[in-house]
Amino acid sequence: MSTLIAPAREVVTAADRVAAARRRISIGETLGQTMMMAWRALKKMRRNPEQFFDVALQPILFTAMFAFIFGGAIAGDVQSYLPLMIPGILAQTVLTTCMATGTQLREDMEKGVFDRFKSLPIARIAPLAGPMVADLLRYTIAATLTFGMGLVMGYRPGGGAGGVLAAILLAIFTGWSLAWVFTWVGTIARSAQAVQGISMMILFPLTFLSNAFVPVETLPGWLAAFVRINPVSHLVTAARDLANRAVVSGEVAWTILACLIVMAIFAPLSVRSYKRHM
Amino acid sequence: MSITELGRTGGGPAPNGGTDLAVRAEGLMKTFGEHRAVDGIDLHVRPGEIFGVLGPNGAGKTTMLRMLATLLKIDAGRAEIFGVDVAGNPHVIRQLVGVTGQYASVDENLTARENLWLFSRLQGIAAPRARRIGTELLGQFGLEEAADKPVAQFSGGMRRRLDLAASLITRPPLIFLDEPTTGLDPRTRGQMWDTIRGLVTDGCTVLLTTQYLDEADQLADRVAVIDHGRKVAEGTPDELKTAVGNSTLQLQLAEPGEVPAAVEVVRRVLGSDPVISPERGRLNVALDQADLAADVLIALRTAGVSISSVSVAKPSLDEVFLALTGHETDEHDETGTEENR
Ligand SMILES: Nc1ncnc2c1ncn2[C@@H]1O[C@H](COP(=O)(O)OP(=O)(O)OP(=O)(O)O)[C@@H](O)[C@H]1O
Ligand SMILES: [Mg+2]
Repeated sequence: MSTLIAPAREVVTAADRVAAARRRISIGETLGQTMMMAWRALKKMRRNPEQFFDVALQPILFTAMFAFIFGGAIAGDVQSYLPLMIPGILAQTVLTTCMATGTQLREDMEKGVFDRFKSLPIARIAPLAGPMVADLLRYTIAATLTFGMGLVMGYRPGGGAGGVLAAILLAIFTGWSLAWVFTWVGTIARSAQAVQGISMMILFPLTFLSNAFVPVETLPGWLAAFVRINPVSHLVTAARDLANRAVVSGEVAWTILACLIVMAIFAPLSVRSYKRHM
Repeated sequence: MSITELGRTGGGPAPNGGTDLAVRAEGLMKTFGEHRAVDGIDLHVRPGEIFGVLGPNGAGKTTMLRMLATLLKIDAGRAEIFGVDVAGNPHVIRQLVGVTGQYASVDENLTARENLWLFSRLQGIAAPRARRIGTELLGQFGLEEAADKPVAQFSGGMRRRLDLAASLITRPPLIFLDEPTTGLDPRTRGQMWDTIRGLVTDGCTVLLTTQYLDEADQLADRVAVIDHGRKVAEGTPDELKTAVGNSTLQLQLAEPGEVPAAVEVVRRVLGSDPVISPERGRLNVALDQADLAADVLIALRTAGVSISSVSVAKPSLDEVFLALTGHETDEHDETGTEENR
């Protein structure tokens, strides 16, 4: 510890440092810092693998459960319900996965290391966006398992491998964009429990008031109206078209548009309230 | 050459030779709800010195440091670091200041080496250099053996060392240390002191807070004493001691019950009150001249107050604190040895 006074070291000069200091952060630096934060989040996931339990279990349990509970009532038999249901489960698992983003961010923000992140000359968005990049891995696992479980139960997607892959990619993109809503909740709520509560209140209407599990035609008018504008409905329809028929419908564009709007609103809001936390 | 001597020279030639102060704060203020945590503090820290901020729990030390480090908004007043406005250029300030907070701010889920790697890379240091700096710092702070263990398994002292190492990655010209030795054992504490003195030899300026009076005395070139968000005194440790009196007569009464009588006698002889020390039956009497001690002792003898021991000493910063704030330093309203969270 006492070898700090190494003779070879040149002395720190404050005036030079002030002159050399950069005034703002470039886009390139922001991306690099975000990737470092993603690296950190991945390391954390690897050391706490229990984080993957919900991601892994939910698609498996839900697929089996929903198929047997609703399958008979809605589509007559399980086999014909699967093409309708699997894209719905896909949307739901991806959304549940992105809900965890907010809770984990909140827990993380209460740790000492966030104090250091705040004191470093780095982009304020990096500590928020980094974990979300790492979460792409979780979405991928959740989406793949959903389809895998569907295949096991006898689902034979008409869209082939290409259609399924496209549906998975779209679901991942949607999950990633909607995660900004939960990230924002993570930065405004007082505790991790509060984040959990608020996120549930956002998540349930989004998934259940969509066409994920029931055809819209069976719903009363006012409910059908909300279901039609819900971005999750667009995702579900787009994913059905892709996976079952390999058709890139206008719903894909609607989904992407809805996601971009959500991001444009909630990414700046999140950064703003993260800054206010200081 | 001993490290101690190096440290005490207080930086020698000012590293930037310029007129800019390392820290210039005027009328700094922070209010939490109704409570004014920092209430108009002025601070002038010269380049190349170790400046100590001394105060009891809740005095506002951490709040003040966090405002200067851009971690908290400055409610009123202004602050400059090396001539750069803190509120106006937070990004520049963050490049100039290394912050070691009161609680270790390193990542529990990463190893020591990974922590240093993360913070280096975040600050734009290229991979090979980041790796080298990591190894170097781990060596300097005696963490080589634990380098690849997760920080969650570290002891409090190891975390503190890693935390300081992480603040030194870019060798910032100004370093904030918030209670750097709280919770360290005496040996580790001594090592930390050596490290801090070493920073100054490297050309850094150090602003540290402490509740330990001997720490300020040992390390700091100049000290500001703060209490209830206000600065109550400032100067070199020696100046502060002298302000209280050139020397102190320390009296241990045979009968603790005779304290009021002794206070009465001292007041009659010197015209001022002694400081009643937290220990039972202990009085500290500030003296302008050491020979006044004899007058006090004779008067006590005449009054029939018996004394079990007597000494004349330079006042400690403890007494400085008592005299300046009118209360003792060990008024713990929180647990004193909060470790890292
Ligand atoms: N975020 C906050 N919200 C509300 N009050 C706060 C906050 N931070 C600090 N305070 C209050 O401000 C006062 C000063 O706190 P501060 O942490 O600056 O003291 P300190 O001198 O660092 O004490 P210690 O030696 O215990 O670390 C305290 O009364 C504290 O309760
Ligand atoms: Mg403090």
